[in-house]
Amino acid sequence: MGPAETLFSNYIPVLLASIVGFVLVLSALIGSRLLAPFSQEREKSTTYECGMLPIRRASTNVGMRFYLYAILFVIFDVEAVFIFPWAVSFMNLGAQAYWLMVAFIAILTLGLAYAWKKGALQWR
Amino acid sequence: MPEGLFGLNPWLDGLIRLLMIVGLMTITAMGLIYIERKVLGRFHARVGPQRTGPFGLLQSLADALKLIGKEDLRPRNADPWTFEFGPYMVFVPIFLGFVVQPFMAGFSVRVLDLGIMYFVAVSSLSIIGWVMAGWGSDNRYAMIGGMRAAAQAISYELPFVLSLLSVSMLTGTLNINEIVLSQWQVPNIVWQPLAFLIFFIAALAELNRPPFDIPIGESEVVGGPFVEYSGIRWSMFFLGEYASLFIMSVLISALFLGGYEWPFGTQLGIGFQFLLTVVKAAMIIFLIIWVRASVPRLRIDQLMGYAWKILLPLSLLQVLVNGFVLVYDLPRIVLTIAGIGGVILLVSLTERAIRLPRVTHQSSLVTQSEAAS
Repeated sequence: MGPAETLFSNYIPVLLASIVGFVLVLSALIGSRLLAPFSQEREKSTTYECGMLPIRRASTNVGMRFYLYAILFVIFDVEAVFIFPWAVSFMNLGAQAYWLMVAFIAILTLGLAYAWKKGALQWR
Repeated sequence: MPEGLFGLNPWLDGLIRLLMIVGLMTITAMGLIYIERKVLGRFHARVGPQRTGPFGLLQSLADALKLIGKEDLRPRNADPWTFEFGPYMVFVPIFLGFVVQPFMAGFSVRVLDLGIMYFVAVSSLSIIGWVMAGWGSDNRYAMIGGMRAAAQAISYELPFVLSLLSVSMLTGTLNINEIVLSQWQVPNIVWQPLAFLIFFIAALAELNRPPFDIPIGESEVVGGPFVEYSGIRWSMFFLGEYASLFIMSVLISALFLGGYEWPFGTQLGIGFQFLLTVVKAAMIIFLIIWVRASVPRLRIDQLMGYAWKILLPLSLLQVLVNGFVLVYDLPRIVLTIAGIGGVILLVSLTERAIRLPRVTHQSSLVTQSEAAS
């Protein structure tokens, strides 16, 4: 087999696992549909909150701070993705590669320090 | 890695292994539910479940039967698609994580060269299911719980990934099996105590285990994204939670405690390797339950601050120290000393952080105006 076929056959179990996992949940749901009682009572399907009918949809207001963390996460996750190949191969690349990565991490740490100073990391 | 353990084509081989995993996962998850209740009971000076079967052993089975036979409600206002597909989106990625778990030398579903990267990619997917469940339920508790789950998962993802990377730097590979095999003399926890501690804490947060269970905190958001779920659909979340607890403990034991290899795994054969995996994973699970019994739930500001201000800088530092020691070929004992120093630093910072008062919006405005004047 060529490298492409080996790569493909390595990931066959991943495809299979997603199918098996899906079928597992589906079969449990079908089993429950067959066994469980089901009634059409109207009051049962109201939202579980405080007893009164909720006003408006719940999914309208999301705090601004979640987006702030999401942006920070994107920055640092991209950093982690860059560190992945470096972490595997830096022994072959020598000291220069190490100091380049130090500079890269230092720049991002400056960014983190700036966000910290600005109070972006403080949950209010 | 042999092409197929059973001498079959990769499709059939993968399918057989996955079906074995399904059995293993179901039994382990049910066992874990029983064990957790029993151990927690002991911590609380109770006896735990004892009525169903000998010593209450059939408790999980009874629970499963009850949940299958329970009515499966969907609120009228819920968004049908996201509500129905939430459980799939939570469970399937967790199940995908089993593909790279090293249980024994010959038995993982598949040894991937990018094992760690694959695991990180797959394990963080299930948070989409949490947000789908929270958004689709059209319930304010569920919505808040889902958003909290997302914020927590993305915050703790970074220390999680970076401490995994510092382990793979030692070995120079992302292949989990090679990392396990490289620990035939000394397990990685000796070289990386700080990375172990950070990984353990971040894994607790990724699993949404107490003390990091604010997305499902019963006293605040009454079950978070799962408020509106009942019956079998709810139990899918539950099954996924315990399956991922199992995955994470096997992974920690493989990466830091030497997995099936240390001590004498290769010499003493498959049975001993399985025993090693089980014993180490059981130790980690007991530790996780112990933490649940002893530590109160964090507030959300403590939780986010802890990830960004303490764990992330320390794990970056760990990566840099690892690189320095390995590039300049210093003796490895330097790593141990630095790691122990890091652990002491982490513990003292944690000690300090949990005593800080809560910064509310008003008090921060006050400090800003004081700083300005």
